[in-house]
Amino acid sequence: MKLAYWPGCVSRGFTPELHGSMTLVAPKLDLELVELDRANCCGAGVIAEHNQELVDTLNARTFALAQGVEGAQGMMNICSTCQGAQSECQQRLDADGDYRKGVNATLRDEGLSYERDGNWWNKNFLWVLVEEIGLAALASKVVRPLEGLRIAPFYGCYIVRPTERLGFHEHPHRDKYLDHVIELLGAEAVEYAGSHKCCGFPVITMNRTTSLRQAGRHLADAIDAGADCLVTPCPLCHLNLDLQQPEAAKYVERDLGVPVLHLPQMVGLALGLEPKELGMNKHVVKTGDVQRKVAELAAA
Amino acid sequence: MAEAQDFTLKIRRFDPESGEQAHWQDFGVELDPDRSVLDGILQVKDREDASLAIRCSCRAAICGSCGVRINGKSALACNTRLSDAKQTAFNGAIAVEPMGNMPVIKDLIVDMDAVHWKKIQRVVPWLLPEGDPPEREYIVPAEAMIDVTQSMACIQCGVCVSACLSLEVDPEFIGPAALAKAYRFVGDPRDDHTEERLRDLAEDPHGIYDCTHCFACIEVCPKDVAPMSQIMRLRRRATADFGIKDSNNGYGHEKGFVDIIEKWGTLHEAQLLPRSFGDGSMIKGQTEPGAVKQLVESLPTAFRGLKSGKITPRKALLHPKLPDQKNVKHIYKEVHDRDKRIELNLYIVSENSVEEEGAQGEGSGEN
Repeated sequence: MKLAYWPGCVSRGFTPELHGSMTLVAPKLDLELVELDRANCCGAGVIAEHNQELVDTLNARTFALAQGVEGAQGMMNICSTCQGAQSECQQRLDADGDYRKGVNATLRDEGLSYERDGNWWNKNFLWVLVEEIGLAALASKVVRPLEGLRIAPFYGCYIVRPTERLGFHEHPHRDKYLDHVIELLGAEAVEYAGSHKCCGFPVITMNRTTSLRQAGRHLADAIDAGADCLVTPCPLCHLNLDLQQPEAAKYVERDLGVPVLHLPQMVGLALGLEPKELGMNKHVVKTGDVQRKVAELAAA
Repeated sequence: MAEAQDFTLKIRRFDPESGEQAHWQDFGVELDPDRSVLDGILQVKDREDASLAIRCSCRAAICGSCGVRINGKSALACNTRLSDAKQTAFNGAIAVEPMGNMPVIKDLIVDMDAVHWKKIQRVVPWLLPEGDPPEREYIVPAEAMIDVTQSMACIQCGVCVSACLSLEVDPEFIGPAALAKAYRFVGDPRDDHTEERLRDLAEDPHGIYDCTHCFACIEVCPKDVAPMSQIMRLRRRATADFGIKDSNNGYGHEKGFVDIIEKWGTLHEAQLLPRSFGDGSMIKGQTEPGAVKQLVESLPTAFRGLKSGKITPRKALLHPKLPDQKNVKHIYKEVHDRDKRIELNLYIVSENSVEEEGAQGEGSGEN
């Protein structure tokens, strides 16, 4: 399957292991990814806060570039925040023809135009896995079932709310996909309070206490529920849950120390890729215990 | 009318006078599946236990009295069908609990005064005009009233307060309902304290910049008020219209982010922190005592990032521009040069302009 691919900023910035692992996992899933190397930041909710037309135009530009990829079935992102921010813009662009015309007028000099098309889509890797590749096809590619691993899903707000904007009427189980994928790969999906809550990242520079209390509380809940690690489709969640974890521990006044995997890393492990090539050594919270469990699986 | 069916309601009970801890109690009800969870609760009250406490009145999502949590999701009990509630029920039993983030008085009744109404009072929810009133009525442009229509649709049910994930960790957060109410007056041209209101809400550490942008309030609001969107409007007015440089870094974070994308096209993460701390300026962010203090606080995290290999010194210092960044700059220029910000609020878009879903837009074919 050929897809226009928008990796986002953070997956090539402070979480390079995300883009890196996606690049390795794609061919194993028969995904041909055409990277949109001219596309711009989605705005992450911040540009929307500043000026709605600006963010809509910036994302219309990305969509137009994606629509220009010949033979691509749609556009894939690997960031919950990109998904949410872009879906918000797409909803407005699709809702009003006059508004869309105005936005496209700004893009005209570059020779671009976003066309509303009911068949064109922009989906996070998680949605692509379940809806486009399909769980049965994914199961057939698993060479190393992650048996014995207890994995806590962490979705990220932008990919689960608001349901009305995020296509839940058509796909009502999108808020359970991560659980489904974890189970399909042979691991156990850990139930805990924080799976669909906020990691706190958006306010890390504005209210550090709120931000790190949120991250710390969810990590603590996952640990208390017996998780070996968390997995997330959102690199911004990853920053607050992994990079900031030692700081978050101070705000909830307890030890934490639970690794946080990116979605393609978890999928890659089950598809036979090695932890090191998936960038699992580039985490702040060491992934050694998870790596050891995976190594034991390979030996078994 | 569909036939009556059996449902199990698993209701959270608490009676402070009994001395017992809060506990769950199961009740069977028999009702048409199109009837509401509130109808179910009232049947329990009528047939099994008259002491079950719930506030309710209109039964039509108008009075906003019967906010609860149904299978963990905040909602009006009268606005949730039994058949829908059953779909999200765990093991077939529909769980009904009192709303979150507010103290429970008895069973499904929470103390709205202690949290919700106190916060509403906090934002001065009335008009503050200056000068002599006009001889006749105030004349207000229709577009200004349309702009605040969405926030005026609030019925003060507190369902968003119950769902708010910031309030969950910071009980002092002003919260979604009160901030949506604040926008109702900030957006009203008859009010003469717009800047003062915005400055107050921007400077309060539990104000507009304490919202974590989690969409929980948008998801649960029974009236489509979209409180978080109103909070974003407050931020937009505070930064873009009044240039309020708050001590919570709200202004700096927004300006820093927006400027970085204008310059590079993608996010130069290493610059976002100092710019956020320095009102958007890289220089101020590295020289002002307040900013430097915050940067120093962030050093352990930066060091851990470097040590893990996530962040490299090269990445911290250099960031590639997009190959055709001039096109991104062009978009910025076009949009910023407009006399007025263009905003499309889907809440007030007329039905004529909303196209059929899945239809081909009229823009297709033009290139």
